[in-house]
Amino acid sequence: MAQDDAIEARSSRKVYGTGPEAVVALDDVSIAIRKGEFFTLLGPSGCGKTTLLRMIAGFETPTAGQILLNGRDITDAPPNLRPVNTVFQSYALFPHLSVRRNVGFGLQMLGRPASEIDQKVERALAMVRLGEMADRKPTQLSGGQQQRVALARALAPSPEVLLLDEPLSALDLKLRKEMQSELKRLQHELGITFIFVTHDQEEALTMSDRIGVMSAGRLLQVGSPREIYNHPVNRFVADFIGETNFLPAEVSGGVATIAGGIAIPVDAGSPEGAHTIAIRPEHVRILPQDAGAAMRGTIAETTYFGTDSHVRLRLDGGADLVARYQSDTAGGEAPPTGAEVGVSFTPGAVQVLED
Amino acid sequence: MSAREDGQARRDARNTWLLSAPALFILTFAAAGPLLIMLVYSFLTPGDYGNVVWKFSTDAWVGTVLSKDIFDGTYSLADAHLTIFWRSVKLSLITTFFTFIVGFPTAWIIATRSPRMRTALLFLITIPFWTNLLIRTFAINQIIRNEGLLNTFLLYLGVIDEPLLIIYSDFAVFLGMTYVYLPLMVLPLFAAIDRFDMRLIEAAYDLYASRWQVLRRVILPIVRPGIVAGSILVFIPALGAYVTPRILGGGRNMMIGNFIELQFGQGRNWPLGAALSVLLLVIVAVALVFYVRITSRESSNG
Amino acid sequence: MARRDFSASRIPGFATVAVLVFAALYLPIMMLVIYSFNSGDSIAIWEGFSFKWYPVAWNNEQVREVTFRSLTIATVASVIATTVATMAALGTTRRRGTKGQTFIYVMINQPLMVPEIVTAVALLIFFASIKVATGYQGLGYLITAHAAFCIPFAYLPIRARLEGMDRTLEIAAADLYATPWQAFRHVTLPLLMPGIAAGLMLAFVTSLDDVVITLFVKSAGQDTLPTYMLAQIRRSVSAEVNAISTLLLLLTVILLTAFFLLTRKRD
Repeated sequence: MAQDDAIEARSSRKVYGTGPEAVVALDDVSIAIRKGEFFTLLGPSGCGKTTLLRMIAGFETPTAGQILLNGRDITDAPPNLRPVNTVFQSYALFPHLSVRRNVGFGLQMLGRPASEIDQKVERALAMVRLGEMADRKPTQLSGGQQQRVALARALAPSPEVLLLDEPLSALDLKLRKEMQSELKRLQHELGITFIFVTHDQEEALTMSDRIGVMSAGRLLQVGSPREIYNHPVNRFVADFIGETNFLPAEVSGGVATIAGGIAIPVDAGSPEGAHTIAIRPEHVRILPQDAGAAMRGTIAETTYFGTDSHVRLRLDGGADLVARYQSDTAGGEAPPTGAEVGVSFTPGAVQVLED
Repeated sequence: MSAREDGQARRDARNTWLLSAPALFILTFAAAGPLLIMLVYSFLTPGDYGNVVWKFSTDAWVGTVLSKDIFDGTYSLADAHLTIFWRSVKLSLITTFFTFIVGFPTAWIIATRSPRMRTALLFLITIPFWTNLLIRTFAINQIIRNEGLLNTFLLYLGVIDEPLLIIYSDFAVFLGMTYVYLPLMVLPLFAAIDRFDMRLIEAAYDLYASRWQVLRRVILPIVRPGIVAGSILVFIPALGAYVTPRILGGGRNMMIGNFIELQFGQGRNWPLGAALSVLLLVIVAVALVFYVRITSRESSNG
Repeated sequence: MARRDFSASRIPGFATVAVLVFAALYLPIMMLVIYSFNSGDSIAIWEGFSFKWYPVAWNNEQVREVTFRSLTIATVASVIATTVATMAALGTTRRRGTKGQTFIYVMINQPLMVPEIVTAVALLIFFASIKVATGYQGLGYLITAHAAFCIPFAYLPIRARLEGMDRTLEIAAADLYATPWQAFRHVTLPLLMPGIAAGLMLAFVTSLDDVVITLFVKSAGQDTLPTYMLAQIRRSVSAEVNAISTLLLLLTVILLTAFFLLTRKRD
């Protein structure tokens, strides 16, 4: 294995129950997370991302496979012997302890001297800007403040890896945005490996160095946000992350032919035969009818969203598409329902999917 | 399952048993175990001065319903015993029914108050529930006895010339049992009504139901588990009541509980007392099975 | 006159019944308390206010003796019951699929399902043989019997508290380097404490109130306050019993109020 991997899971498997009622929560997942990176596990609920996170933390015992921390096998180590801390979705702050005692809990359990605990608690609280709240009880804090305490508590013992289990899901939109940039800043400053679990694709795209997309207990694709967005490996990834138009096509020699015999140039290395091609709505361009576009279509419906409009249109060949029409840059409003328009795709934006 | 997960499950099971062991030991020694010994005793022969002689006999069981003529050895129905059984069952059923009739409106009112008021009223119901049964029965005794408050008051008003003979009657026992067991009916009824969605009533009215139809067709069927639970909770202790009939029923209006005690006192017939206790336990078990079946059917329907 | 809003939950007559029920529930107890302050000996004719029955009760050597015995039994039995009930609750709550869970649960709740008189008879029979075999006649029998029937009363609030407890808190403790014992000591136990206190209180009140089982299990000269009172009520009643009842009532109300405050859900 590479020296710079913080966490490695080797064909990890988790099955709940036995016999015909058995549920496979994690299906032979192998993954390597590098030191110091902000890694996000992304997928819909029930996809196994939380199971994998809990396995790394030591809350779940894998049915098969191994978990390595800095190259050391920790599969059988209990959670209290792993230098890994978790920010829980529900925060799990101890209601009977003050903020200070909550943040100092880990260091106290490790038997550190009181002076060191005090100093590190101060620092952790300052880091999340909650110094003046130290003597309150968690129930006296707002949701956003509780979330910061949870973060400070997990960071105070200086873990090698920080695990975050949908930590922002309980916050409202504005607070969530704030915390996103705060988390990013902290990760940058501390240089600790963050493993972040979320079902929010936008959150994953904006925060991560790399993303692992999961579905039904399997790891489908690992890559940078750009790779995942622009080159999804399959229909699930393309569909889960952002909006996508899917069109059935016959691919041959760098050309995909869709309904109505319309030929679209694709990457020369694309797989041949019957495949689905994917095109993001922002890469579908609506042009005036007389602009000489390769494709023509009719506007079926236009929905106004403020900064842009979503336009549903039908190509002359019979295929349905959604296009995004920027309100300002394109000058003026989207064409009305029933209007005949020309359509073109941004070159290189059409992706041929494996399945 | 992997060996690791297997070990975890085994540790869990071991901890369950280890942690429960002290409680189970005490309960076996001083609650459940003695019940089995009692069953054995019901098949022995009574000793001359109480206790038993270790000789197998079914006399006690026969004696629960039949009495043997001491001269010619023929059997006939033991009228005295049957009267006591019948009184116990009758009084327990009437008590259960009456606690429901007055308990349901009470529980309903509590459940439909504001949260604050509700807490206060529940507390008021709970205090008598936890107050010494003896004290509560004694309080009733003081009111209804011949020289008690009620009679003194009515005599003073001139409504009556002689004290009403309420105490030491079946009615007094019924009154006392209704009084002491009422909270046991109200609390489960409250729990059921509390879960009841009041919007269903609006829906029923909206669909042209009358008030009576709303009560009979919507409310009562839905809160039925609470009604069953409350009835069981009242019926079982009423059937085995000892203190209330003793203080309010006097020596003549015995219930099963007092009759059982008699066998260990003057009766000096421990096997009969044991057999009667086992019989009481069986009746209670039947009632409980009935309850479990009703409530489990309820939950599988829901 | 203001028109009443339509209220779906209002059923005519129910409020009247409820008011009467509350009145009927409290009137006898109130009278009992009021007549404990009667200067005469009667329980029906008011002869003026007086505290005299309280010193009378207190100066009664026998009352002092049975009160002390009742408190001793209730204290020891409720502590034992709460201790074993806490362990059992920790063992049976939140562990799914362990075989025998139902058995343990039925065993613990068994005293609630069996009529008291039946348990009393069974204990009389069983303990009689032990008394003959060992010659021991002490309070141990009463304490054991009380501990047994107090277990479910202690178990239920503790179990309820445990079930309402967020399991993630213990997981979080383990994540923050707490050993299983540390997690129990620093997180589970402090959070469980209100449940344990509530259980202890219910067990104490239950033991203090018991008549039937005590009556059958006690050896000669082991009267408790309730069995002593039962004997008194059967003889001629004097306001002395009212005074004792009032004090017992007061104790119950104090303990119950504490219980209520402990188990109240905080926002």
